[in-house]
Amino acid sequence: MSECANMGLLSQDHEEEGQGSQYLTFKLAGEYYGVGILQVQEIRGWEAATRLPNTPPHLKGVVNLRGNIVPVYDLRSWFGMPAAEYTKETVVIIVRVGHEGERRSMGMVVDEVSDVLVAKDDQVSATPSFNAAVPTEFLQGLVSDGDDMVMLLDLNSLAGSSATHHAEGMA
Amino acid sequence: MAASILAVDDSASMRQMVSFTLKGAGYDVVEASDGVEALNIAKTRAVNLVITDVNMPNMDGISLIKELRALPGYRFTPLLMLTTESGVDKKQQGKAAGATGWIVKPFNPDQLLKTVSKVIS
Amino acid sequence: MSIDMAQFHQVFFEESFEGLDVMENGLLNMDPGEIDPEEINSIFRAAHSIKGGSGTFGFTNVSEFTHVMETLLDEMRDGRRPVTGEAVNVLLASVDVLREMLTAAQDGGEPDEERVKEQHAELTRVLANADAPDGPAADAGHAAVAGGEFTQVEPVGWKIVFRPHQHLLRTGNDPLRIIRELGELGELAVICDTSELPPLNDLEPEDSYLSWELHLNEPVAKEEIDEIFEWIEDDCDFAVIPLLPEGYESATPTTATAEQAAVVADEAPPAPALKVLDPPPERRVSEDRRKEDERRKPSPGGKSGAGGSSIRVDTGKIDSLINMVGELVITQSMLGMLGEEFSMDKLARLREGLGQLERHTRELQESVMQIRMLPISFTFSRFPRLVHDLSNKLGKKIELEMSGENTEVDKTVIEKIGDPLVHLVRNSVDHGIEMPHERVAAGKPETGTVRLSAEHRGGNIVIEITDDGKGLARDRILQKGIQRGLVREEENLSDKQIFELIFQPGFSTAEQVSDVSGRGVGMDVVRRNINELGGSIEIDSEQGRGSTITIRLPLTLAILDGQSICVGGEIYIVPLASIIESIQVRKDMLRRVAGKGETFKLRDEYLPIVRMNEVFGIEEPKATEIEDGIVVVVEAGGSKCGLFVDDLLGQQQVVIKSLEANFGRVEGISGATILGDGSVALIMDIPGVIRLSRSNAPVSHPEMSMTA
Repeated sequence: MSECANMGLLSQDHEEEGQGSQYLTFKLAGEYYGVGILQVQEIRGWEAATRLPNTPPHLKGVVNLRGNIVPVYDLRSWFGMPAAEYTKETVVIIVRVGHEGERRSMGMVVDEVSDVLVAKDDQVSATPSFNAAVPTEFLQGLVSDGDDMVMLLDLNSLAGSSATHHAEGMA
Repeated sequence: MAASILAVDDSASMRQMVSFTLKGAGYDVVEASDGVEALNIAKTRAVNLVITDVNMPNMDGISLIKELRALPGYRFTPLLMLTTESGVDKKQQGKAAGATGWIVKPFNPDQLLKTVSKVIS
Repeated sequence: MSIDMAQFHQVFFEESFEGLDVMENGLLNMDPGEIDPEEINSIFRAAHSIKGGSGTFGFTNVSEFTHVMETLLDEMRDGRRPVTGEAVNVLLASVDVLREMLTAAQDGGEPDEERVKEQHAELTRVLANADAPDGPAADAGHAAVAGGEFTQVEPVGWKIVFRPHQHLLRTGNDPLRIIRELGELGELAVICDTSELPPLNDLEPEDSYLSWELHLNEPVAKEEIDEIFEWIEDDCDFAVIPLLPEGYESATPTTATAEQAAVVADEAPPAPALKVLDPPPERRVSEDRRKEDERRKPSPGGKSGAGGSSIRVDTGKIDSLINMVGELVITQSMLGMLGEEFSMDKLARLREGLGQLERHTRELQESVMQIRMLPISFTFSRFPRLVHDLSNKLGKKIELEMSGENTEVDKTVIEKIGDPLVHLVRNSVDHGIEMPHERVAAGKPETGTVRLSAEHRGGNIVIEITDDGKGLARDRILQKGIQRGLVREEENLSDKQIFELIFQPGFSTAEQVSDVSGRGVGMDVVRRNINELGGSIEIDSEQGRGSTITIRLPLTLAILDGQSICVGGEIYIVPLASIIESIQVRKDMLRRVAGKGETFKLRDEYLPIVRMNEVFGIEEPKATEIEDGIVVVVEAGGSKCGLFVDDLLGQQQVVIKSLEANFGRVEGISGATILGDGSVALIMDIPGVIRLSRSNAPVSHPEMSMTA
């Protein structure tokens, strides 16, 4: 990843107009993905989740997030990628999605967290139609970061899909 | 030391408004929701002014004024009634009971403050 | 200093709606034959408060409307007007309109103007038909006009003679204040007359002996001076005489008494004994002529306190909570200190501290739950009116008896139990109680009785609705059940099981669907609402004699007494309230029944076994053979079954956490809780579990326990 992406999460440098938006990038099966940093609530290590009966396998269960019950999804499983073993590096990104009055939190298990990427709106290109691992309705666009390509996830569409509750709605 | 005022009204919103207004002007305010409560408070502590509504359960404002005047500490204390425009006879009854004067409802906070500052110097 | 009045609106609306309830109940209870003066007074006071508050906070339309009601009530309480049924009805209808107006004000909208005008006219009409000897009390404020004639010439100032009566001080008025206020109008010269002052020995310090002559050199309006004397008109003599410019005769003195004439006639130029400094003259507006635009619009954009609801809590309760939190903090810091430098010899103190912590936490928890408790009268209060109106409409004679209105229940229950109760009471009135002639023919009193009661029983709140009507038509219900395929003809069902059918969706045996009830959308929704509150509902009935509906609700909604169980290493909580008993089942107690799957014998019934690992998709339960595990016998909605689990763990109180906040509904799960180790355990929803088990059962069939 290029140096310019090496920003702390609290970096103020790029707050000015026209500087672009910040994305938290992470790795999943060798590919880079990103989510808008304003939606990231926190990053935790993996701990055992309580399974919910009769729910799809990519829903690992629910965890206790400071007194709130939050569902945790395994993105590899959701996107039909081969399963990976959970290690010390395995991380859960807790995001907050939705709109005014109806916000919910959910967790996503990813391989590892990478850096914060800054990208201006015109740097984000539309998702091409080639067969990406993730269905295009869940993608906001593509951004290149040095040599790498980062696929930006559309969290609201992910959270709104029926796949959160049912196996049929999956990729 | 700040002057203290006893505000008596069975309507909580009126009490709140009066209390808030007076406290904001630096007065010390004690509240009561009817005449009985007010009388008990008056017996345990001295206040510089009493503002009371007329229509209240348990003991109305006019009886309260009468009772207060009978207390040694309250013979000269300003006692004001909150009354409505049409209550001519209420004003008379109040005066007969020993009221100092009245404030006509509805009133706004500024009017309240003006009247109070006249009476408590 | 401008104060935002909007902050008081919320409380004003709350107390106004309460006041409306007081008025409504009072009016409903009014018996024209025997007037209870205290009752009328409280109705009057309620109207008076609403009028005063709405005026103060700028809701002038409400204030004006209420004013007419208040006038009517005032006449009634003074005895100047008889309390007639007609007047009561008009007042009741006015309460409805007023409620509408207040709701509109609260929401920032507009009420139905037509209706308001109509009702206002009604009130005025009743007022006009006075049997009262004198007409409505004079509305005009008693302006303290000192009368008086002015000459054509404008005065340049005023001469004011002020002689307080002896007792003036005892009204709490201070002559010096009067003088000070006059001084604020303009330049004031003051002469004090001490001629009445007695020798020191005879001096009564509480009496007033002084009098003053004041010259105000400022052409203010006479009303402004009169206003200053408004309060003490009767407690002093005062004269206000215009001072004319050079060359004019002084005008006839106004309100001068004979004694003053002597003082007034003194034309000597005033030698100011006291010169009062003049602050800029204030424009003083008489309180009686207040026409300021205090029209403050109600908070724009919706309800005050949108979204958040509120409770009024006794400050005593808050104080004791604060104390408890204080205790908790002390205990916590004590434990903190112990923890800093812990050594085994401090173990006893640690235990003690933990014990204290548990006690304080429990006390705090109980107290806080208490705060959310409100008397169920909040819900019951609508029923007298409802029954009254409904029975009139249907032409029936019905008396409503209520008891246990003081029973305290959680605020959420108050909010959610209302609609189901309304439906049930309406059923009793509409379908239960017969027409008067039918009742007489059946040898019953003409007036039917509906009884609504609430009490704490065991760890629950029990609400009962009883009527002495015609009871449920058992046979018709059974027929309908057979018709709909809910039961088979040959099944021998108990009465109770037949009545249970009513709770099935779409079930209604009413011949005519009146618009009151009977569309058949009711009872299943009622049951669902009650289940959602964690409660249960049952119905019992005797043909010809009446029916009783019993609703059971848990005392607190956020906390549950639960039995922990485990299956395949996963922990679940079963609500203790639904558990009948837990047993170990032996192989020989099992029997496979065609169409019902595995059942086991419990006393004289065969109950279905529900294997939790199957229902919840748990892969490796520890126990597969029936005798290796435990069967927890549960009941919900009239059905019983046995849940087969690996093990029983402990019983404990758990705090219910919502699954829906971040996820959604899961069938068979009612919520979650956080265990001591921080992990999440799921709470079972027994009706849901039973539904799930049936959808897996070989034949889809409503489970009824079968007699052996």
